[in-house]
Amino acid sequence: MLPKPVWLGLCLALVLSGAAQADDPFITVASTTSTKNSGLFDHLLPRFEDATGIAVRVLAVGTGQAIRLARNGDADVLLVHHKPSEQQFVADGYGVARLDVMYNDFVLVGPADDPARIGGMSDAPAALARLAAAAVPFLSRGDDSGTHKRELALWRAAGIEVGTVSGSWYREAGAGMGATLNTAAAMSAYALADRGTWLGFRNKADLTILVAGDQRLFNPYGVILVNPAKHPHVKAALGQRFVDWLVSPQGQAAIAEFRINGEPAFTPNAAPP
Amino acid sequence: MTAERSILPLELRQVGFSAGRKLLIKELSCTFSANSRSVIIGPNGAGKSLLLRLCHGLLAPSAGSIVWHGAAGREPSFYQAMVFQRPVMLRRSVAANINFALSLRRVPRGARPALIRDALKRTGLSRFARHQARVLSIGEQQRLALARSWALRPQVLFLDEPTASLDPSATHVIEEVIDAIHRAGTKVIMTTHDLGQARRLADEVLFLHRGRLLEMAPSEAFFAGPRNDLAQAFLRGELLWWQRRELTPP
Amino acid sequence: MTDFGSALAAAFSLVIHLDRDLGEIVLLSLRVSVIAVFVAALIGLPIGAAVALFRFPGRTVVAVILNALMGLPPVVVGLIVYLLLSRAGPFGVLGLLFTPTAMVIAQILLVTPIIAALTRQVIEDLWVEYEEQLRSLGAKPRRALATLLWDGRFSLLTAVLAGFGRASAEVGAVMIVGGNIDHVTRVMTTAIALEVSKGDLALALGLGIILVVLSIAVNGAAFVLKGTAERGQAR
Ligand SMILES: Nc1ncnc2c1ncn2[C@@H]1O[C@H](COP(=O)(O)OP(=O)(O)O)[C@@H](O)[C@H]1O
Ligand SMILES: [Mg+2]
Repeated sequence: MLPKPVWLGLCLALVLSGAAQADDPFITVASTTSTKNSGLFDHLLPRFEDATGIAVRVLAVGTGQAIRLARNGDADVLLVHHKPSEQQFVADGYGVARLDVMYNDFVLVGPADDPARIGGMSDAPAALARLAAAAVPFLSRGDDSGTHKRELALWRAAGIEVGTVSGSWYREAGAGMGATLNTAAAMSAYALADRGTWLGFRNKADLTILVAGDQRLFNPYGVILVNPAKHPHVKAALGQRFVDWLVSPQGQAAIAEFRINGEPAFTPNAAPP
Repeated sequence: MTAERSILPLELRQVGFSAGRKLLIKELSCTFSANSRSVIIGPNGAGKSLLLRLCHGLLAPSAGSIVWHGAAGREPSFYQAMVFQRPVMLRRSVAANINFALSLRRVPRGARPALIRDALKRTGLSRFARHQARVLSIGEQQRLALARSWALRPQVLFLDEPTASLDPSATHVIEEVIDAIHRAGTKVIMTTHDLGQARRLADEVLFLHRGRLLEMAPSEAFFAGPRNDLAQAFLRGELLWWQRRELTPP
Repeated sequence: MTDFGSALAAAFSLVIHLDRDLGEIVLLSLRVSVIAVFVAALIGLPIGAAVALFRFPGRTVVAVILNALMGLPPVVVGLIVYLLLSRAGPFGVLGLLFTPTAMVIAQILLVTPIIAALTRQVIEDLWVEYEEQLRSLGAKPRRALATLLWDGRFSLLTAVLAGFGRASAEVGAVMIVGGNIDHVTRVMTTAIALEVSKGDLALALGLGIILVVLSIAVNGAAFVLKGTAERGQAR
């Protein structure tokens, strides 16, 4: 139906759009906004690339979406922070194995004047229960990310059914960490954030950390090579080198070295070789 | 071109045309033969433009048939051209407008410049060749429309009120060009509501009234005294409004 | 507002320092959008003109659908292209996901209906004026279509620019199918989204200002072009 010049143009355009695409070896890593936006990848990847000559393309999305991408075979390596989903991913045969890489923690942030008076508490579920009792605005990610899943677990631990109050004092942003923090800052709401994103976040307004240090706020990151048995095109050899490097002494040292505004953001915890 | 077969005569057999439930052309029969200049006259809304469009093939008759040299015609053929009441110029130069028409007739590229130059010269437009067609005055555009048709060397040229919106001197120029085209061997079929123009140009006159052909006669005979009384009234400028519409007098 | 001040400062400093990353992002944005609009015009112009010109059954339905598709949400287009290009999808073997080509494909889907719908309008109006003349000269439908596209070129330029505006301002689709990968698929809009998510509103706004300036530059260039070409030509 289309005349000849149109087809010629289409072919030309396809060639042009693909032109100048690097054909250096590269892998695709599906990860979370917390690792990307905190600047961790900008710190790690040049070191990895220097060591191996492999370029890394990072997809920074929520943990849930990262896992779905990997499940569809659209990434070679998965680096996320929700251990139960990661274990499920491996159990389903989509991942080769899950390895500990590092951890940091979640923090409960809120307005500095702290109307619910949770500042300094060390029991996260108890602090949440107090927020619910005071019915002060709380902004949830609401996006099926690792942070969101953890937040829901904490509400369950506090014995509060947030599903029924959604829309009143409990609000779901349905957005990434940064967007959620922007909104929380604008409406002086409480929110759960990962420390990495929080440290690098520039628009804190009057938000501040109120609760931290609870065991239940522990935030471990795991790395998984997508199973080439499920997706034959997965760059298993290159991906494996990235996994190996992350848990190697060099990789672990690089993670430990990383600072945001002078503060360490992640603690390496790979099993020693 | 002289060797080509003539598409004339043009025969209309019981032609009718209706839009919706309105019958706009009624049982019209006539024959146009080669060489003469046929001028269709009649009051506004008589159906003159419709009749030209039907003849040219832009409209299909809803009754009867239109026959070119024994063959029923449909779309405008290569041997016909038409100049509309309001000239339609493409958004390009004067020369390019003519070139466009020639290219549609598959005139070889090499033969076109000479035809374009000739057509522009005969219509007095040579100095405008490179101008944008749409900046010309209406009179000049009408001449360009004639030039565009002329360059095609049609056997039949239809003209729909070619001087309707022109001043007397522009009208004079157009009439000269029409005359020249006719003398070059083209059959001219045109409409006008200007009786003076009809007298000057017509070899034969057709008087159309409310979609009906009331009289068709050689020019001299018609202007000497039409047999039809409505045509007489029209010539005297006394065709009354209730005779134009289909109303009973008050 | 201090934010606007610092945004202007950020934009200014990015441009002054000829930030290399910024240059790369701007070039990729332009490359993706220009190619997408080019292809969309190749497809959309003839389709829009054909719908304007030809009577065929379902023509009105096609016209309505074209108009409706103009408002297609980019995220939906992104999702559809993702599902098609994903390794688990029908075109997964091509390995196009998270490449500029994927972004071009998504933008083509977004822009083609806009160009086609606006073209249909322009050509329909022009056809009313030209129809009898072109038929009288013996133009076949294909030739008539080409003539209308050529003679409507100045109005059609506006349709194409509208398409370009949509392509270059769109973030939802390119984010999903491009992945906003640094140095590979990061364009102006996804970079802005990223800075917003980092809370660096000033930098985001600064990038936004640069995007707006670019857009003005492209449109201005088109109008200058149109003006020169149109000079002395009545519309
Ligand atoms: N496409 C059409 N649909 C309906 N009516 C039409 C159409 N074209 C012309 N007419 C009507 O037919 C009559 C004759 O029109 P026309 O041939 O233009 O008259 P004129 O003799 O002035 O050229 C007018 O009453 C006009 O309104
Ligand atoms: Mg008329």
